[in-house]
Amino acid sequence: MDLGFELPNFMTALPEIFVLVMACVVLIVDLYLTDQRRTITYHLSLATLTGAALLTVLTSGGGAALTFSDTFINDNMARVLKLFIYLITAVVFVYSRDYLVERQLFKGEYFVLGLFGVLGMMVMVSAHSFLTVYLGLELLSLCLYAMVALQRDSVNASEAAMKYFVLGALSSGILLYGMSMFYGATGTLDLSALRGAIAGSSHNLVLVFGVAFIIVGLAFKLGAVPFHMWIPDVYHGAPTSVTLYISTVPKIAAFAMTIRLLADGMQGLHDQWQHMLVILAVLSMIIGNIVAIAQSNIKRMLAYSTIAHVGFLLLGVLTGTGEGYAASMFYVIVYALMSMGGFGMIILLSRAGFEADRLEDFKGLNQRSPWFAAMMLILMFSMAGVPPTVGFYAKLSVLKAVIDVHMVWIAVIAVIMSVIGAYYYLRVIKLMYFDAAEDSTPLQASADMRLVMSANGLAILLLGILPGPLMGVCAVALGAGH
Amino acid sequence: MLAGVPLLSLAIWLPIIGGVAVLFAGARENQNAVRWTALIFAVVTFIFTIPLFTDFDRSSYSMQFVENVPWITPFNINYHLGVDGISVPLILLTSLMTVLVIIAGWEVIQYKLAQYMAAFLIMEGLMIGVFCALDAILFYVFWEGMLIPMFLIIGMWGGPRRVYATIKFFLYTFLGSVFLLVAILYLRIQTGSFNILEYYDASIGLTAQILIFFAFLIAFAVKVPMWPVHTWLPDAHVEAPTGGSVILAAIMLKMGAYGFVRYTLPIVPDASHSLDWLIITLSLVAVVYIAMVALVQEDLKKLVAYSSISHMGFVTLGFFIVFSIFDTTGNTDDAALGVEGALVQMISHGFVSGALFLCVGVIYDRMHTRQIGDYGGVVNTMPVFASLMVIFALANVGLPGTSGFVGEFMVILGSFKANFWFGLLAATSLILGAAYTLWMIKRVVFGKVANDNVAALTDLNRRETLVLGTLIGLVLVVGLWPAPLIDIMQASVQHLLEEVVKSKI
Repeated sequence: MDLGFELPNFMTALPEIFVLVMACVVLIVDLYLTDQRRTITYHLSLATLTGAALLTVLTSGGGAALTFSDTFINDNMARVLKLFIYLITAVVFVYSRDYLVERQLFKGEYFVLGLFGVLGMMVMVSAHSFLTVYLGLELLSLCLYAMVALQRDSVNASEAAMKYFVLGALSSGILLYGMSMFYGATGTLDLSALRGAIAGSSHNLVLVFGVAFIIVGLAFKLGAVPFHMWIPDVYHGAPTSVTLYISTVPKIAAFAMTIRLLADGMQGLHDQWQHMLVILAVLSMIIGNIVAIAQSNIKRMLAYSTIAHVGFLLLGVLTGTGEGYAASMFYVIVYALMSMGGFGMIILLSRAGFEADRLEDFKGLNQRSPWFAAMMLILMFSMAGVPPTVGFYAKLSVLKAVIDVHMVWIAVIAVIMSVIGAYYYLRVIKLMYFDAAEDSTPLQASADMRLVMSANGLAILLLGILPGPLMGVCAVALGAGH
Repeated sequence: MLAGVPLLSLAIWLPIIGGVAVLFAGARENQNAVRWTALIFAVVTFIFTIPLFTDFDRSSYSMQFVENVPWITPFNINYHLGVDGISVPLILLTSLMTVLVIIAGWEVIQYKLAQYMAAFLIMEGLMIGVFCALDAILFYVFWEGMLIPMFLIIGMWGGPRRVYATIKFFLYTFLGSVFLLVAILYLRIQTGSFNILEYYDASIGLTAQILIFFAFLIAFAVKVPMWPVHTWLPDAHVEAPTGGSVILAAIMLKMGAYGFVRYTLPIVPDASHSLDWLIITLSLVAVVYIAMVALVQEDLKKLVAYSSISHMGFVTLGFFIVFSIFDTTGNTDDAALGVEGALVQMISHGFVSGALFLCVGVIYDRMHTRQIGDYGGVVNTMPVFASLMVIFALANVGLPGTSGFVGEFMVILGSFKANFWFGLLAATSLILGAAYTLWMIKRVVFGKVANDNVAALTDLNRRETLVLGTLIGLVLVVGLWPAPLIDIMQASVQHLLEEVVKSKI
């Protein structure tokens, strides 16, 4: 019987289907649970992520696989990034649990929205068409807007959610407008066909405008200057567990979106978007690092440091070489791990009725808990890019990629900015190690939180001693064939 | 017997593992266990570095005790270690000074003793790594990694302005070092690898050489430190605890000079030749001007800090006069005099300035002041200490018979061969050095007992005598019989000079 259309190969998208089904299951199961039994939702969510990881590994045989009329691709980059998305989301859930319980936010909505967000990110990462990218982006964004607003009694959170929603909607619209310009000029939404169409045509003004609009949309999602205004307010206003989620996994997805759009689709217009990314990267590094120095709230400080890290990330992408893309992929993964640790430490120090989000709350941590002070030390030095932590190798990779295309002046600006940036990381270490503790209450964190936090910190150090395997994975995923 | 034992890896990783072990020992609040664990690890590391000196083949200039395994394969970065005649004395200096610093901090440190000892042990491993890394990125990792424990040492156990001093120290040296990173990545494009030995054979155009020279210069000049980027050193030295000052002066400064001789001179010799006047000028300014600055200091540690900068000026002078010497005399033997003198001066300065900081630490522990005005007539109440301090001061001046003389004399001889005026200016340092050191000794040690605090001083205890006595022995041995030290570096220095005078364009 001829159906009139081809059934897509569902096996390629098996992880996504699994996450979708499980998210719906969690939603429904949670309806019947009382607050005391909410940990079932928590464990189901973790099980979903584990199952998705297993399925991703099981479907990883063979090279790139296209499905759903070539709008969905499952290649090495997609598999690797998805595995990290699952891992980091799982750790985010582990870190968040006690925090949410203490603030009466331990509701099923957090986990359901989180899982749908993961689904959105998986679709973004595996996108092979403008439409899929947009679909994943909107699914992720709507979940994030709602999660930020979850703490409905908090004025800060509501304001942050409004800002995020309005600005996010605006930038999504701009992104869509850019995509429509490409469709108008080339007649296709499929990224491979787009690549071919651009290579054929000369530098069409419509395409250049399209690139500009798309980069605006990407820059907003990543948080690059001058589209970064939402980051400090949203990171500060949202409850810390939501900030933890926003600052880590969506960056991986935004990076994937950038690669899919710019590298897979618009490589032919590289000369055009390279100049734009240079401006974005340099401004982000300068503004992110300098403004972070003025912050007294550690969530805002980490927000500005995120902007600076995005600047470094863009350095790898702007080179247009496979080496640069692989370097950026390594950077975004490392950044997500570091950011997870940084915000995780804030949660570790928080307890019922007390948010440990001011810098002074870290004073004397070496006296209160030398082990976690050491973990924070490793995280701060890693963010500053000091060896032997993995943050150094991330910076080394992007700098190497930039110097290999003979853009040494950008590398010089980048290193000078990273020295300026080192100051605010040193300030945190200074507070922990050189100042006396003002608040001597012992840390109240559950055993699993402490264990995972310790593993997080040690991973940053161990990856710093042996960064080769992770770098190799990124190089294989993105190095060749671009 | 020791063939196949990876001595260099042991020397690097044993102290680092020891540091971690000390941290775990410290978790149980047993101070004695912490001290003895730290001391045992330090002594065992020192014992493992001795074969580097005794089993070294003095006739060969190539790298020995080499270890080379792939490390970060995507970038072709290898875990490549090796030593030559220039690195071996520095490694021994590092392991010995760490033992002495651990003994010196025995009862003095009360706050977080385990973290203190662990920081020094970890730092020892990283510093030895700097001196034997033959892969540029591995070198950089150790070079920068060493900033972390030093930052913590100055900040946690230092003086009143320690936070300002340690952040200044970190940011200043970090800024210099990142340019080294850019230069290494740039060199990789020119040569295709991160292996330092391959850099020596690479041919690089003059413009590229000059850019790389300046990038290296920024990094190493801040570390040495050369005038005018020396301003972090007086603050760091003054505010650091005694052990921190000793390691900073004795070893960290040498890393900057080591960078000149391992990187700048052999990799970019043409740029070094055309810009040697710059380094010579900066070195002579350091030798003369900084000595005058030392003359007016009221703080004992600041005086010794400026004296350190002045003596390091000799070292960089000795390295860069080789071009002028070669132009005037035409053979490398006279040029070798300058370089060997500089290297001997590095070792001697390690002992002498380390010893001076330990002496200051001894009297500071008793008097809790570093102002020269608060002292006077220490010899009356602490005669043993006074005699040791005077000998160290005379070594600082460069009295024949002490190790300070050997290096300075060789460099001054070399400077005269290069240019009469260089020699004259370098020789004035002898007069100025004598001025500030002996005047300090006169005000602090000699004379009548100045006040009741001095009258109440007790002489050295056995631990302090052990530390200072060891250093006296070394200063006198190197001063009276420097031949073993010069022998070990001769082949490597000759080879270095052959590389340096060849053009690489």
